[in-house]
Amino acid sequence: MPAGYKKWTNALLGIGALVLVLGFIFLGMSKDEHAQTRFWAVLLQNSTFFLLVVNASMFFVCVTTLAMGGWQMAFRRVPEAISTLVPVFSVIALVVFLGIIFGHQHHIYHWLDKEHVAHDPILKGKSGFLNPTFFLLWTILTLAVWSWVGHKMRQLSKRADEPFKAEEVKGYMWSNSVWASVFTVFFGLTVASTIPWFWLMSIDAHWFSTMYSWYTFASTFVSGMSLIAIYVVYLKNQDYLEYVNEEHLHDLGKFMFAFSVFWTYLWYSQFMLIWYANIPEETIYFKARMQGPYRVIFFLNLIMNFVLPFLLLIRRGSKRNYTTMAVLAVLIIIGHWLDFYQMVMPGTLGEHYSLGWFEFGILAFYAGLIMFFVGRSLEKAPLLSKHHPLLKESIIHHT
Amino acid sequence: MALKKFVVGCFDEEKVLFPAVDKVRHAGYKIHDIYTPFPVHGLDKAMGLRDTSLHTAGFIYGLTGTTTAVTFMSWVFTKDWPMNIGGKPHFALPAWIPITFELTVLMAAVGMVLTFCYICQLAPFIKKHHFHARATDDLFVMVIECTEKTDEAALSAYLESVGAKEINTQVAEDGWWIGRYDREQKLYNEPNIA
Repeated sequence: MPAGYKKWTNALLGIGALVLVLGFIFLGMSKDEHAQTRFWAVLLQNSTFFLLVVNASMFFVCVTTLAMGGWQMAFRRVPEAISTLVPVFSVIALVVFLGIIFGHQHHIYHWLDKEHVAHDPILKGKSGFLNPTFFLLWTILTLAVWSWVGHKMRQLSKRADEPFKAEEVKGYMWSNSVWASVFTVFFGLTVASTIPWFWLMSIDAHWFSTMYSWYTFASTFVSGMSLIAIYVVYLKNQDYLEYVNEEHLHDLGKFMFAFSVFWTYLWYSQFMLIWYANIPEETIYFKARMQGPYRVIFFLNLIMNFVLPFLLLIRRGSKRNYTTMAVLAVLIIIGHWLDFYQMVMPGTLGEHYSLGWFEFGILAFYAGLIMFFVGRSLEKAPLLSKHHPLLKESIIHHT
Repeated sequence: MALKKFVVGCFDEEKVLFPAVDKVRHAGYKIHDIYTPFPVHGLDKAMGLRDTSLHTAGFIYGLTGTTTAVTFMSWVFTKDWPMNIGGKPHFALPAWIPITFELTVLMAAVGMVLTFCYICQLAPFIKKHHFHARATDDLFVMVIECTEKTDEAALSAYLESVGAKEINTQVAEDGWWIGRYDREQKLYNEPNIA
C-alpha cells in the first residue's frame, strides 16, 4: 500500500480513537442521560452499519460463486479482503451490544426494562423473542457463523493460487458452491430477517414492519458494492488489478444503480402502505421522522440514496468512468450511513439529537479501521487468483 | 430508394471474421453491415459503430410518462374532480407514485420498442434484401458497399485473402420497401446504379 494510503489511515484512526476516548469521557460517563444515550446510539448505528456493509462483500462473493459468475474473478480478492473485517467489526459490535444490554440499559432498547415490559401488553407478547438472552445468543451465533464461513470461503479462494490438476476442478467448484450456499442461506436467516429486527427495529419495539429487514439489507448491500467499487478504482489507479477494465466497473456500477433503485422500492413500499392505512400505531414511526427535527435528514436521505444515484448513474458512460463511480460510491455510503442514522436516532434520542463532532469522529474511526484492515489483507494475498477455473471469463468479459 | 452494388463475403468462423473486419476497414472499404446468426460480442466495436441513442430516447419517453401521469392526476384530483379519499389531501403524491411509475415504464418501453422497430425498419409488411439465407443459420455475412472507385475484382480477391469462404457481387435495394420480394429484379437497371 502506498505511503499516502497509510498516512490517511493513521490520520483517520488517530482522529477516530481520540474522538472515541473523548466521547467516552464526556458523553459515555456523563451524568446527563441524553449524552449517555448519544454515545451508545452512535456506536450502535456505526457498528451495525459497517458490520453489515463489510459482510455484504462476503455475500457478494458467495452469490457470484453460486451463480457460477466469472466476471468478478479479476477483482474477487478485493471483496474478500473487505470481508476479513467481519470478525473485527463483530467483536466491536458485540462489545457495544453488551454495553447497551448490561451497562446502559433501557434508553436504547426499552424492552430491556423488565418492570416496563410487565405493564406493557405489546412488549409482553413479544418478550419470547425480544429478551436479552435470546438477543445475545442469536447475535453471537450469527457473528460466529458469518466469520467462520467467510473464513472458509477465503481459504478456498487461496487454493486457486496454486495450479489445479484437471480432475480436481470439479471438486473445487463443488466445495465452493457448498460453502457459498451455507453462507447465503444463513445470510437470509439473519440479515434478511432476524438481525435487523433485533439490532435496529427493536429500538421502536412497539412498531413493526415486514419490509424492514429487506430495507436494511438493500441499504447495506448497495453500500457494500460501493465500497468494493471504491477499492477497485483505487487499486486500478495504483496500477494493480491488471485485468480489470471499464467492463468490470460497468457491472459494479449496474449493481450500485440497481440496488439504489431496489432500496427506494423497499423504502417506498414500507412508507406508502403505512401512509395510506394511516393507523396511529404504525404512522408514529414516520411521524417522528417526517415531521419535526428529522425532516431535513429524512428528505436528504431520499435525495442522496435515490435521486442522485438514479440520475447520475443512469448513463452508460458514467458507469464506465472511474471518477464518477468513485464520487458516487462515496455519496452512496454517506447516504446510507445517514439512513442508518435516521433509523436509530428518532427512537433513542428523539429531538435531543445532534450531528456533530462525535458522530463524524466515529465515522472517521470506522473509515480508518476499514482502510487499515483492508489494506493489510490486500497486502497479504496476491490480488489475482491466478489458477481459478473461471478466471478467463473475467479477462475476456464484455458487457 | 437507390439500387446499389455490394460485394458479399461469407465467413464461417468468428475468429476469422474479427481480423477480417479489422483488415477490411484498414484497407479503406466501407462495410455496409455484417449479418450474423447470433449477437456477436464486440463486433460493434470492431466495426466502429457508435453507441446507440436508443437509451436517450428511452429516457425522454420515460420523462414524458412521468410528466403526463403527475400533471393529469394533479389536475383531476385538485381541479377537475376533487374527492375526499380516506381524509387524504387532494394533492396526494405518495398515492400517485405507483401510477406514475407504471406510466413511466409503459411510455419508455413502448416508445423504445417502436423507435427500435423504426430504426431497424422492422414491421410485418416491410421487405429487405437478404444477402445470404445462411446468415440466419451458420454464416457470418459481411456486406461491403461499392462506390464508383471500387474495383470489384480486387475487392473479391482481397476478401478471399482475409479468409472469406464464399464471395459474390449483388445489386440490391439499399433500404426497405413495402410489397413483394421481386421488386429488386424489376427495378434493376444497370446504368442507373448509384
